[in-house]
Amino acid sequence: MADSDVKALTGGLELPDFETTAFTTPPPLAEAKVAIVTSASLHHPDQDDFEPIDTGYRVLDGSRRDYMCGHWSPNFDATGIALDLNTVFPIDRLDELAADGTIGEVSDIHLSYAGNQFDLSGVRMDSGPAGAKFLRDHEVDVVLFTPV
Amino acid sequence: MSTLAHVFEEAGIATVALGSIGAHIQGTAPPRGLWCDFPLGRPLGKPNDADFQHRVLAHAFGLLTSPEPVVEKFAESIDDDGTATMSCELPPRHDPSLHPAVDEANGLRQAYDRAVAKLGNRTGAGRVVAADDIGAAVQSFVRVAEGTPWKEAGIPGIPARVAQDIRGYYETAALALAEHAPAPWAGARWFFTSTEAGRTIMAARKAMADAGEKQPIWFFLAPGDM
Repeated sequence: MADSDVKALTGGLELPDFETTAFTTPPPLAEAKVAIVTSASLHHPDQDDFEPIDTGYRVLDGSRRDYMCGHWSPNFDATGIALDLNTVFPIDRLDELAADGTIGEVSDIHLSYAGNQFDLSGVRMDSGPAGAKFLRDHEVDVVLFTPV
Repeated sequence: MSTLAHVFEEAGIATVALGSIGAHIQGTAPPRGLWCDFPLGRPLGKPNDADFQHRVLAHAFGLLTSPEPVVEKFAESIDDDGTATMSCELPPRHDPSLHPAVDEANGLRQAYDRAVAKLGNRTGAGRVVAADDIGAAVQSFVRVAEGTPWKEAGIPGIPARVAQDIRGYYETAALALAEHAPAPWAGARWFFTSTEAGRTIMAARKAMADAGEKQPIWFFLAPGDM
């Protein structure tokens, strides 16, 4: 078992194609509200776990640290996030960057999706736009996407 | 991640996407992407290394000043040579009336509880099998390995999810037993090659494949390159 061999298994996956690349110019980082959106299927224990096919999202409370990883794939190292949440979800690092003024503000809510989806149409047409609107309504300017 | 990045930018939010697989993040061309050549499961690179994580974030957020779409590679890589394995003692045989894998799982309970008390439970038991029921779940895979059809073996859920909880229980317990932070994949290699439960799951996986069961039912019991 080796990381390179596991990554090679994904070589045949069909990648989504975008005719154009949307591009939003953010405010200066020192004035921006920043949120994390992860595909690690994180959720709080009192929220629904992710199903094998699940294109929805969970809203994460940035003041909590009781996250569970609901990702279904066996194809990642799990001890990194078990030791340190920030290995996948760098919430403490963002708090530090806000404290020293590098970023304007850390959002008090973040989002989590399930990354192991083969049919991305639901994400692209439904839960993706809904999650983006949800964060826009909370005046989020910048999103950091993290996989697992 | 890149799909969501395109969607969020269309909605008026600037994004930066981290990616662990170069071909994916370059092939999907997110508005701003940073290829971090780190092992899967560690997109910020190194657990408990705030300085390293901050270097990743500094590069990522620096991309926000680009006037056009951009994908760059983080300067540092983290390799996995496929050999590092966790080093920790397994419990001695306690109840000879039990299968060795079940006895082993029961013997790890105190270590598991210590790890959860210290670190929280992010990847351990509890997604479908509670810690109290891990021994019974292991026993169900013993039955499969010994020839019982998986649907009759009492597996308490979708086999891949049950196996994930068993592996998570073991890897979490190992964090309390080991004297070191494990190298990437070292926990998984330890589980599948050094523990009775891991070897039992691999034997059950082979038994299911040999019996002609549908590939998704057995394949996802372990990493795909095993």
